[in-house]
Amino acid sequence: MLHSFKGRIRLLTTGAALAVMLAVAPQAFAITPKDTLVIGLAFDDIITLDPGQAFEFSAGEIGGNSYDRLVRLDIADTSKVKPDLAESWTVSDDGLTYTFKLKSGLKFASGNPITAEDVAYSFERSVKIDGPPAFILNQFGLKKDNITSKAVAKDANTFVLTVDQPYAPSFVLNCLTATVAAVVDKKLVSQHVTNDDYGNAWLKTNFAGSGPYKVREWRANEVIVLERNDNYWGEKPKLNRVIYRHMKESAAQRLALDNNDIDVARNLEPNDIDAVAKKGTTITSQPKGSVFYFSLNQKNPNLKKPEVVEAMKYLVDYDAIGATLIKGVGEIHQTFLPKGILGSIDDKPYKLDVAKAKELLAKAGLKDGFSVTMDVRNTQPTTGIAESIQQTFGQAGIKMEIIPGDGKQTLTKYRARTHDIYIGLWGVDYWDPNSNAETFTSNPNNADDGTTKTLAWRNAWDIPELTKETKTGFLERDSAKRAAIYANLQKKVLQSGPFVLVYQQTEVAGVGKGVKDFKLGPTFDTNYVFNVSKD
Amino acid sequence: MASVLRFAVTVVTTIFGLLLVTFFIGRVVPIDPVLAIVGDRAPAHLYERTRIELGLNLPLYQQFWIYTKQALSGDLGTSVLTSNPVLEDIKRVFPATMELATIGTLIGAILGIPLGVLAAVRRGSLADQIVRVIGLIGYSVPIFWLGLLALVLFYAQLRWAAFPGRVDVVYEYSFTPQTGFYLLDAAMQGQWEVVWDLFRHIALPGALLGYFSLAYISRMTRSFMLNELSQEYVVAARAKGLSEPRIIWFHALRNAAVPLVTVIALSYANLLEGSVLTETIFSWPGLGLYITNSLQNADMNAVLGGTLVIGAVFVGINIFSDLLYRTLDPRTRSR
Repeated sequence: MLHSFKGRIRLLTTGAALAVMLAVAPQAFAITPKDTLVIGLAFDDIITLDPGQAFEFSAGEIGGNSYDRLVRLDIADTSKVKPDLAESWTVSDDGLTYTFKLKSGLKFASGNPITAEDVAYSFERSVKIDGPPAFILNQFGLKKDNITSKAVAKDANTFVLTVDQPYAPSFVLNCLTATVAAVVDKKLVSQHVTNDDYGNAWLKTNFAGSGPYKVREWRANEVIVLERNDNYWGEKPKLNRVIYRHMKESAAQRLALDNNDIDVARNLEPNDIDAVAKKGTTITSQPKGSVFYFSLNQKNPNLKKPEVVEAMKYLVDYDAIGATLIKGVGEIHQTFLPKGILGSIDDKPYKLDVAKAKELLAKAGLKDGFSVTMDVRNTQPTTGIAESIQQTFGQAGIKMEIIPGDGKQTLTKYRARTHDIYIGLWGVDYWDPNSNAETFTSNPNNADDGTTKTLAWRNAWDIPELTKETKTGFLERDSAKRAAIYANLQKKVLQSGPFVLVYQQTEVAGVGKGVKDFKLGPTFDTNYVFNVSKD
Repeated sequence: MASVLRFAVTVVTTIFGLLLVTFFIGRVVPIDPVLAIVGDRAPAHLYERTRIELGLNLPLYQQFWIYTKQALSGDLGTSVLTSNPVLEDIKRVFPATMELATIGTLIGAILGIPLGVLAAVRRGSLADQIVRVIGLIGYSVPIFWLGLLALVLFYAQLRWAAFPGRVDVVYEYSFTPQTGFYLLDAAMQGQWEVVWDLFRHIALPGALLGYFSLAYISRMTRSFMLNELSQEYVVAARAKGLSEPRIIWFHALRNAAVPLVTVIALSYANLLEGSVLTETIFSWPGLGLYITNSLQNADMNAVLGGTLVIGAVFVGINIFSDLLYRTLDPRTRSR
């Protein structure tokens, strides 16, 4: 009785509210403006927009669209680079000196001319700010105390970079496509220097570049507004503005896309992708340089046993995960180099095989299984995959407890090496095989206070031999031989490494009606929005 | 004089307690604030340098002492996320929260008081039952749930309400915020199109907060009025032959108004504080969303600053209602 009464009252109140809304709001269909591209994206990872310091995915995308570099990755063939601000370059015979000629008549968005002086300054500040991506330059012997003599403007149009070893030229050039090598407006930045910070504090939220778009505003977790740079040297963007709206939830992005409040939804989960595709939204996707894995802390005596490591690789239901949990957002991939990078192999020897795993566990003296924990970031598809693994582990008697946490929580534990199993995504730092090789197969000092905290270190995988082998990769100037070195490293991790690679990420976007030429790139800083137009 | 002193002591201890609790909660959460600044891939020396810069290598009590000293001098530190001083950020986002809470409380008071009076006068009638059930729902249904339902219905299905947020991207730069109350700002600049857009954005979260405020205010009004209507002066007034509306609205309500002031003030404070959930659902760029975002990014200065400000406002509103109470009710002054 009371129930039905409550029900009636609820109806009544809802009805009243409806009536009020009806009276005040006419039918209104929001539509994004014709000259503006509105993108729904979760960009809470951004810490700074300064290309000398930023190293987060979303910041990379903004940097890729608003700052130029000497060279860019060739989207058509990702094993090559192509000129950007540089017109041409030469490498000396000893492999130590790189000379870049700049295009002529270049200008920054501010109107200041772009000279080799600006390039040298940009290298200097990136090294001296010493932010997270500085190591990309540091690895060529560019350090705080020598950068001004190693990165030099020979004349207004000639920039000379000197490296400390005869590296593979592909390695050096690949690294120069990273946003840490972006060129900033020296004159403009110099006006905003406080405490010798090379304008770092100012550039965090401001802009001093020359790319197709300029950054008008970034409000953390709210909005990023890009505007056309009329001083851009290349073909100018067709749209006046690109607005990124911070939207964390896939469901919210889907709703907004359905209602034309955004043009592009960037964080759609598989079920939402299906739903928007049915309504006629175009789905575009692109394999990315990120691989998803779980890793076994070698400090745990059970996980240290080689048989257990191997057994766990047989206890993942790759087929089921590929067909459901990561459908559209990833492809099963079992090696640590993502497809598309020099030397990447696509071996897939493992599939779910409980009997084989049980046999291995018995060999390890763990016939009845054991208990273990996994730290899981509470986002999809991570949680779903963790649950799938929990279930298949269970079939072989391994009782796995899932410890949910937010990204920063699980990471804090991971970096302190206090986890059993960590599960997550790893993206390449720069588009070169050395990037992942250096973290998966190199661990110079396995002590708890080791300073090189590679993924191998985080999992206490002590591998002096592999560490040496990894080094040979970036010095090999012959590309084919170079590829062979990385192929070998991948096979070794596949066989006995404490990393169980599950899939390679595919980035997906739902593109609304009327939006043309929106394409995702192979890396986050090649997600270019400057070719987009609207009907 | 003594009462003023007692009052001051209460305020100071409350604020100090607030500082202490928020600070220590901020320090025991299993999140590494250094990671939030340098990112996951920072080399070790950079990580260590930042840790020292943040003072995280000092003992806790020392950190607390430093924090308290700075907070008292108006320095709440710098937000990691926005790189602005926290106080500056709060100045920017707080008006958005105030605007929403003000609309909510206005709706709550304007509708809630008459409804409460009606329910009290017609005690036991259908009208009374309805008002009580409205109150019950407002008390018991979580706001995020109702908020989500409202979004699904009014935004996704009916498309009456605007996309979550405060203002449409189209109007983002077409007026200049001055007071921080956008509705007021846009209206003063004669930007009626913007006003309409702002209204479409605030209507849903405003109505929702208004409903919760209404539930509380109508319930309290009802009980205060019931109390007043049983007083002897009401009987006396009736005996004098005063009209019933006059007795209810001028005599009884006038007396019930005294505790009602506290109720409305508390409801306002509740809305400020309860904004965390509402703002998250409706992407309302106010203090609640600011705190939520900061929390998710381990931006502890911003979380502490935001919590402190909400706490201080709560205390402030209580003081204000207390003072008003004394003005309205002469009997309380001598106490």
